[in-house]
Amino acid sequence: MPHAAPSVAEDEVARFSAQATDWWNPEGSFRALHRLNPLRLAYVRDNICEHFNRDPEKRQALRGLRVVDVGCGGGLLAEPLARLGADVTGVDASEEGIAAARAHAKLSGLKVDYRVDSVEALAASSARYDVVTALEIIEHVADLKSFLAAATKLLNPGGLMLLSTLNRTPRSFALGIVAAEYILGWVPCGTHEWQKFVRPSELTRHLEGQGMTVTDLTGMVFNPLAGAFELRKGDLRVNYLLAARKA
Amino acid sequence: MIACEVVIVGGGLGGLTLAASLGAAGIDVVCLEREAPSRTRSAAHDGRTTAIAYGPQQVLAACGVWDKIERDACPILRIHVADQDSPPSLSFLHHEVGAAPFGWIVDNRTLRRALEERIAELKRHVRVLAPAQMATLDCGALQARVTLTDGRVVTAQLAVGADGRRSASREQAGIGSYGWDYGQTAIVATLLHEIPHDNIAVENFLPGGPLATLPMTDARRGHDGLTHRSSLVWSEQTAAAQALMTCDEAAFTAALQEKVGAWLGRVRLEGPRFAYPLNLRRAKRLTAPRFALVSEAAHGIHPIAGQGLNLGMRDIAALRDELVRATRLGLDLGHPDILRRYEHARRFDNGAMVLGMDLLVRLFSNAIPPVQTARRFGLGLVQHIGPVRRFFMRVAMGERDTAPFPTPKTG
Ligand SMILES: Cc1cc2nc3c(=O)[nH]c(=O)nc-3n(C[C@H](O)[C@H](O)[C@H](O)COP(=O)(O)OP(=O)(O)OC[C@H]3O[C@@H](n4cnc5c(N)ncnc54)[C@H](O)[C@@H]3O)c2cc1C
Repeated sequence: MPHAAPSVAEDEVARFSAQATDWWNPEGSFRALHRLNPLRLAYVRDNICEHFNRDPEKRQALRGLRVVDVGCGGGLLAEPLARLGADVTGVDASEEGIAAARAHAKLSGLKVDYRVDSVEALAASSARYDVVTALEIIEHVADLKSFLAAATKLLNPGGLMLLSTLNRTPRSFALGIVAAEYILGWVPCGTHEWQKFVRPSELTRHLEGQGMTVTDLTGMVFNPLAGAFELRKGDLRVNYLLAARKA
Repeated sequence: MIACEVVIVGGGLGGLTLAASLGAAGIDVVCLEREAPSRTRSAAHDGRTTAIAYGPQQVLAACGVWDKIERDACPILRIHVADQDSPPSLSFLHHEVGAAPFGWIVDNRTLRRALEERIAELKRHVRVLAPAQMATLDCGALQARVTLTDGRVVTAQLAVGADGRRSASREQAGIGSYGWDYGQTAIVATLLHEIPHDNIAVENFLPGGPLATLPMTDARRGHDGLTHRSSLVWSEQTAAAQALMTCDEAAFTAALQEKVGAWLGRVRLEGPRFAYPLNLRRAKRLTAPRFALVSEAAHGIHPIAGQGLNLGMRDIAALRDELVRATRLGLDLGHPDILRRYEHARRFDNGAMVLGMDLLVRLFSNAIPPVQTARRFGLGLVQHIGPVRRFFMRVAMGERDTAPFPTPKTG
């Protein structure tokens, strides 16, 4: 049974669980990310499959591809990518995040190479990847230009970068901060600073400055009728995703 | 400790179909069945036949089981509904809704054997443990664990309750249920008869409850020169049914012959009579964290229109679709999104069917004159209005697209 988790001793389960539960509790502080995750994953999978000519219907669609997830947190994106067969590295500056990620991967029986590191430090090493993902992270970084330069450097020639963030618009202020943090309580208050949100045009300009070509921009829109997020090409007003290729 | 992706509690026809469907999709499954195989395979275990509608037939075909039963499946080409033997009555012909038959009658033992055969072929992904009785179910944030009465532990990303009407897993997951007793008992038996059934299913609504004869394939060896076969489902008030169960075969056959009349010619029993008390039981929800209900554990209904397993098959198809979608995203198979979408996809259909069947039972199981007049009028009306007829037939055939609204696509 190739996908089964290995046996884990009782006391380990308890110890790991305590660490991993917050990140991995679908109703906990990361609830919004959990709800967004299937949609982000569909976007990431489809773009990778298209770029590298893979069959998205296969369980191991990403087999053998080297992927680094920057700002991996507890591993919400890294684990699914590993399940799809990718060879995944996860980096995050937060030690607790990485500890939770390691604990959970062990429980899930998945192999992910987790490291407490910065994207710049990783880029300074010789490690290179087919895909770099950095979702819901660039609105938190101090120096966007340096971040994107390092992320580009991590890519092999012909590699693919996938980003997601929040646009800086009146609507994103109303929905992303006021509604999500204060009214609906989807994310803890103070999670985001609106001034740090990045317009698609700014992001595109930064990436082109690094020699990247932006191949797709797609909005993630909350549909209150369905009670779920959906992908919408033309609507980049709040959350959006971006794909870019390295020459 | 045994680890897998999905653990299914209950290895009845519902649980086994789900196991085969998931295994065929490459998902690792462990299915737990309380009874030993020697018992579930015996002739005395289950005397029923199942009317498999077109939709569920597709589910069985998709997991590679249909091929194995096709030979023994008798197509229903006409459904005849009679109201206490008096005209007008309804008659449905299958080519009014297309070329395919309404459904097929298969006996449950054949279906079980085919499922077990298919599961053996899928052994890379499916394990059936039997006897293996669930003692406790514990669905935590990180995994579901089932502890068996013999002390073994099975862990999985998702647990599915397919353990029938009195589902213990449903209770363990904290999902309430409601229901009532119809005060009726169904007597089920296989009949041998003189005149061929011409692939017609007959449902006669008698005051004590509906009596149905469902066309089966001919017997390999007949008795007294009788080789044509039909499955009998005869619902009666429980006291009357008890009398019919305890009387000798000659008396039973005489009573039966009187009810079915002359159209099958002389009738006799091929095997024993089985009694099933009829009740309705419906779960208040279909899911809890890391847990989903399917089939009779989710909704046990009256067999008045032979829809029980059909309804369950639609649960199975919906859950399979959600889990396959999740595997293609690399998601944990207990992800709340999967459960939310499953619940959403099934709630309307199940509710409509449970209520519809309950209404049918109440409407037809009585002899109050105004109700009788109204329902005759109703039957006459349905008979003459093409679109309404076709709608009824499509629902009876178990197509999935009869729900009034489609499920939202969220990527
Ligand atoms: C008289 C009659 C006629 C019917 N005719 C039709 C028809 O024509 N068409 C149709 O579609 N449907 C029909 N049905 C309904 C159909 O038979 C059921 O829907 C079908 O058998 C599926 O049941 P199931 O697998 O969900 O549950 P069950 O058959 O009840 O199986 C549940 C299984 O779980 C096991 N179990 C229970 N508890 C535990 C535990 N703690 N641990 C492990 N295992 C456990 C049990 O041993 C059992 O094998 C009819 C029903 C009746 C009563």
